[in-house]
Amino acid sequence: MLNQKKFIVSHAPFWHDGSTITARSYNMILAALPAVLFGFISFGMPAVGVVSLSISSAIVWELLFNKISKRTVSIGDGNAAFIGILFGMLLPATSPWWLVITGTFVAVVIGKQIFGGIGGNPFNPVLIGLAILMMSWKDFFDFNEALVNYDLGFAMAYPLASLKHFGVSAISDFNPANLLMGQQSGGIGATFGLGLIIGGIYLMIRGFIRWEISVSFLAGVVITALFFNISDPARYAGPVFHLLTGYTLIGAFFLATEDSSSPVNFIPMLIYGAGAGIMTVLIRNIGAYVDGVVFAILLMNLVNPLLDKIRPKALGKVV
Amino acid sequence: MIKRPFISLAKPRIEYEALDVTLPEPKEIPTPKKVTLLLNEPYEPVGNKNAVLLKKGDSVKTGQKLSLYDGSDAYVISSVTGTISSISSFLGEFGRSYTAIAIDVAEDEEMDEQFKALCVEPTMDIAKDYLSFIPGNPPASLFSNGSTSPSIDTIVICGIDSDLLITANQHALMSDEKAIQMGVRILKQLTGIENIIMAAPEHLMQNAGVSGAQVSVVDAEYPATLPRMIMQNVLGKVVPAGKSCEDMGVCFVSAEAVVSIGTAFDQGHIPLFKKFNLIKKDGNSVMISARIGTPVHEIFSACDVTVNEKDRIIFGGPMTGSSIYSEHHPIQPDTDAVMIQDGKNLALVSDYPCINCGECIRICPAKIPVNMLVRFLEAGQYEQAAEEYDLYSCVECGLCSFVCVSRMPILHYIKLAKYELGRISTAEATNA
Repeated sequence: MLNQKKFIVSHAPFWHDGSTITARSYNMILAALPAVLFGFISFGMPAVGVVSLSISSAIVWELLFNKISKRTVSIGDGNAAFIGILFGMLLPATSPWWLVITGTFVAVVIGKQIFGGIGGNPFNPVLIGLAILMMSWKDFFDFNEALVNYDLGFAMAYPLASLKHFGVSAISDFNPANLLMGQQSGGIGATFGLGLIIGGIYLMIRGFIRWEISVSFLAGVVITALFFNISDPARYAGPVFHLLTGYTLIGAFFLATEDSSSPVNFIPMLIYGAGAGIMTVLIRNIGAYVDGVVFAILLMNLVNPLLDKIRPKALGKVV
Repeated sequence: MIKRPFISLAKPRIEYEALDVTLPEPKEIPTPKKVTLLLNEPYEPVGNKNAVLLKKGDSVKTGQKLSLYDGSDAYVISSVTGTISSISSFLGEFGRSYTAIAIDVAEDEEMDEQFKALCVEPTMDIAKDYLSFIPGNPPASLFSNGSTSPSIDTIVICGIDSDLLITANQHALMSDEKAIQMGVRILKQLTGIENIIMAAPEHLMQNAGVSGAQVSVVDAEYPATLPRMIMQNVLGKVVPAGKSCEDMGVCFVSAEAVVSIGTAFDQGHIPLFKKFNLIKKDGNSVMISARIGTPVHEIFSACDVTVNEKDRIIFGGPMTGSSIYSEHHPIQPDTDAVMIQDGKNLALVSDYPCINCGECIRICPAKIPVNMLVRFLEAGQYEQAAEEYDLYSCVECGLCSFVCVSRMPILHYIKLAKYELGRISTAEATNA
């Protein structure tokens, strides 16, 4: 009895379906790649620099915070890299290095780590980073100003800014097919609509994002934009324009679906997605900001805990 | 191990193992040199007011009823003839204490005739006194005589096993028609309950039909055969959270237990051989028949399974079984499977927090908000978890841990919480 073999003892279940957070993060990064690579081709080396710096600085901030807070190093789960690449995708290609580093600091440390790391953040870390930067250095996020030196062979006016400042007549040059193929100015990874849609569909099919959120977000945008458009076609652009410009697609597939800050039950997911979509168009059409995706999603993040109280009755629950 | 499918828009469908029409002949394990029987009673020889009936060196016969204390209801049935070599305390899961009675097996087998004399006229008392420790492990409430509350008015016979990969009950249902019929008849006669329902999968309808019980189909998708799921889907009764199926007047018996009861009264001796699946490291399963009390290493050596350091040995299935720490652990009446996993590719848990991905919500058959529940359980706030987040609705199927991206031991947390809350309420009841 003394030389007994020692066995691993643990609790049921003894099977696992093999999914990991790492695989999840890397698949999301993979899905983002088409749009990012298109951004690299369009905007050249400055874009490569911004995205690379964004990814690496996000990882470094997470590592530093792990060390300072004496917790296990969590950069291996790929979540910091994912935050980094998303953050880079939203920035204009000409962003200065300090802006990127500050942004990833806010995103990773203030957006995620101080709430206890992955799974604890009440808001989408990427959007926290972006929103704070947008408030602090407004001018760097004016795409017309930021990309003034670029000439890519199409109208370099930022579509949403044209709409805001000059009305529907100013956007007659943008046709949907060109917008879908990325012929517009904007964030590095936010212009190539087709790439974002392909990535989004990949993530939905693989089950890495919850399709209910993406679909209801897009539906919210389309329906609200349609109502505005019907009420006054001269002042408000049509739904297709809203769908393909700004951060709409990247928001639907990559930002609104962030795990920790979005609901998990079916009806709350629909309300959350639709709410963010509706808010997006409301801010664009009657709000002060050019693009509403960032604040719309952050606002819905805020009501997420309340929404998730709407849930099915559990088995045998006595009310 | 079932992997996550490439396309996973909806929740995966995990099916039970279906037994072929060609019935596998169970491989019989030779009688070991030593068996251990676990008596469901703590071993406290000093200071117990009742006289201790067993001691080291006593000789026992095959089929003999062994009680540790005078006047105690708990007993085991010796599965071999031999002498008691040791009586010791044994600590099981969640602090349950047992008495381990080890018996050195003698060369000649001698049958105990006590039951044979009594079984001519089946009564509830005989069943209660001799048939609690038979293969299939009938629950105590089955032989409760109606005297103890709550009273049972329905008996459900499970013709399919509650966990994946296990075919012990299907095998019992298919292999011994006569014993099942006998068992159902005896059950009706003893309990006076006419409402006996056989829950069986679709492909076993014929076998279930001849048993003499009412037949109901259960879905072959996990976890449809867990008692609470059968209650909901087959009987149409929802068990309120915090209540048991027995509270609702329904008693669940495995098909194997019914076969054992039938065989016992038919042939006049108490069945001693437990049939179970041995699930090897490569996932292949073999039907085994071994005496209750056989140490598990005897089974491994008889089936050429090499056991290495840091492997995992599991009694029961992959979803709800329990792992054991010694290869001397004996086969018990309720051991439906013995599973061994190679130490190199074990699915282990991690200490990552919940990332709120929603996989558990999608798969939970009880619709529990697992993402919220597990946050409270991690923080040890069991009472709030029970009040607000449906802790007691859990059917303990283990699917949440199975799909958890963070690999949290969710089922472990849930069981721990129930155990701790149970301890608190017991303490409150005794101190009140």
